[in-house]
Amino acid sequence: MSASRFRISSRLSAASALLPAFLVMGVVYIGSTSWTVWMSLTSSRMLPSNAFVGLRQYEILFSNDRWLTSVHNLVVFGLMFVLASLAVGFLLAVAIDQKVRAEDTLRSVFLYPYAMSFVVTGLVWQWLLNPTHGIQKLVRGKPDTVIYCLVIAGVWHAAGLVMAIMLAGLRGIDEDIWKAARVDGLPAWRVYVSIVVPMLGASFATAGVLLSTSVVRLYDLSVSMTNGGPGISSEVPAKFVMDHLFERANIGLATAAATTMLITVVSVVAPYMYWRVRKAGVR
Amino acid sequence: MSGPVTPRGPRPARTSPARWGLYAFLLITALFFLAPLYVMLVTSLKSMDEIRQGNIVALPVSLTLEPWIKAWSSACTGLNCTGIRVGFFNSVKILVPSVFVSIIIGSLTGYALSFWRVRGATLLFGAMMSVAFIPYQIFIYPLVRVFSFVGLGQSLLTIVIIHTIFGLPTMTLLFRNYFASLPPELFKAARVDGAGFYQIYARIMMPMATPMIIVAIILQVTGIWNDFILGLVFAGRENLPMTVQLNNIVNSTQGERAYNVDMAATMLTALLPLIVYFGSGRWFVRGIAAGAVKG
Repeated sequence: MSASRFRISSRLSAASALLPAFLVMGVVYIGSTSWTVWMSLTSSRMLPSNAFVGLRQYEILFSNDRWLTSVHNLVVFGLMFVLASLAVGFLLAVAIDQKVRAEDTLRSVFLYPYAMSFVVTGLVWQWLLNPTHGIQKLVRGKPDTVIYCLVIAGVWHAAGLVMAIMLAGLRGIDEDIWKAARVDGLPAWRVYVSIVVPMLGASFATAGVLLSTSVVRLYDLSVSMTNGGPGISSEVPAKFVMDHLFERANIGLATAAATTMLITVVSVVAPYMYWRVRKAGVR
Repeated sequence: MSGPVTPRGPRPARTSPARWGLYAFLLITALFFLAPLYVMLVTSLKSMDEIRQGNIVALPVSLTLEPWIKAWSSACTGLNCTGIRVGFFNSVKILVPSVFVSIIIGSLTGYALSFWRVRGATLLFGAMMSVAFIPYQIFIYPLVRVFSFVGLGQSLLTIVIIHTIFGLPTMTLLFRNYFASLPPELFKAARVDGAGFYQIYARIMMPMATPMIIVAIILQVTGIWNDFILGLVFAGRENLPMTVQLNNIVNSTQGERAYNVDMAATMLTALLPLIVYFGSGRWFVRGIAAGAVKG
């Protein structure tokens, strides 16, 4: 085989290997997204239709009680879940980083919930907070507190992940900082607040973005733990979309909700990606 | 991902109050994290009488394995009382081909992106990394239509393709980063010796990528086993995965709920990821770290 023929056949092979990925990009990333966005601008109900209605579906969406409750829940859940997971995960990482005994055991204990599915998490916590047998006997669950139950379950599931990310960050910090701080007579907590936390900026950003995207995706946990109830008090946007697609046959409204979710995610992720690319570019 | 070496060996004997506080904090949080697993386990070993009377955290007075047997072979989903084993075997049927295919396609894509100049590769990679963050809800409806249009509908093949599609960004990133860290001379030498694209992939790159293959298997096995929404939408009624069946068993029961059977079924569903997790140790953390750097 001549050299040039060999090169061409190898280039073709490389292109053929990327065929599935290009197909996925075309059909799923570009095709599906555009179709969903387009559908949200039409009057589609049970079957897709191409009757353009402008932003009518979005007007209906943002006057829909269930959607507004979903969004409200997502904001409450999101803020509390992200902040609590970051705080618990960071504290655990700091505690484990103090050269404690049984470090490996502790790490496994804090991280194992992350290995289990949201369905399992939801069902376990549903049982733990069961109104007649479980802890909720003490807490007395009401519709306006149910979202906090989801937060507890979520933090239990995700704090270990934050711990793992933070611990990796902490282990990457130069030991000399501690020596320098000791020479200066700084108390340990001051070093953490003024030096270590700012140095862990990248770890916080990574963990924050991971947690935030899982907030927008929140579905399994709500379905398994409360199925959106009592009433609509623990509905979330992802569930709104699924219910309107498959049970209520309202494609226009469902895709409008999905598009709104997309815009939310992009507005969180885009600055983060930009920041990472810039950082990589500068270096 | 492992950091610098930390001091080992016998430590100086000093237990200050701060040290006690530290251990107290760690102990209490560890108990909080373990409590659900403990409660799940003891509940699954009690009879319903005991659950009704007793405390949720109490140890079982008389151990019984009956809830586990019932959960496995005769728990009901609506009128269908065949136990969670149906879902278990469905999940296995979904898991094996999905893990295999998604790793092959992902590693091949990662390999092609790291050593070969193909038009549009940068765009492709950027698109993949962005999509990893986007909720499934954006893609689900069009994909349902596409699969029913090409005649696959909801089936085992559909769900395998779906898992491959949604696993692609992470798998590609994992292997691309690994291949990019290998010395390029390796690749060049193979080219000079006349090896073609797929030969280099199969004979040189994949054998070297064994650690990444292990990480990928861990990630995909836990991820696909734990999936709920994709299985629900794309697998079809005949192939519903274990997570979906578990949810149906627990949440769609009429009449009095058998909490012990519910918890036994939950334990059974959590078993495989837990075995993978505790069996793989630090590999799991490596997988998370590799998955966490996406973007």
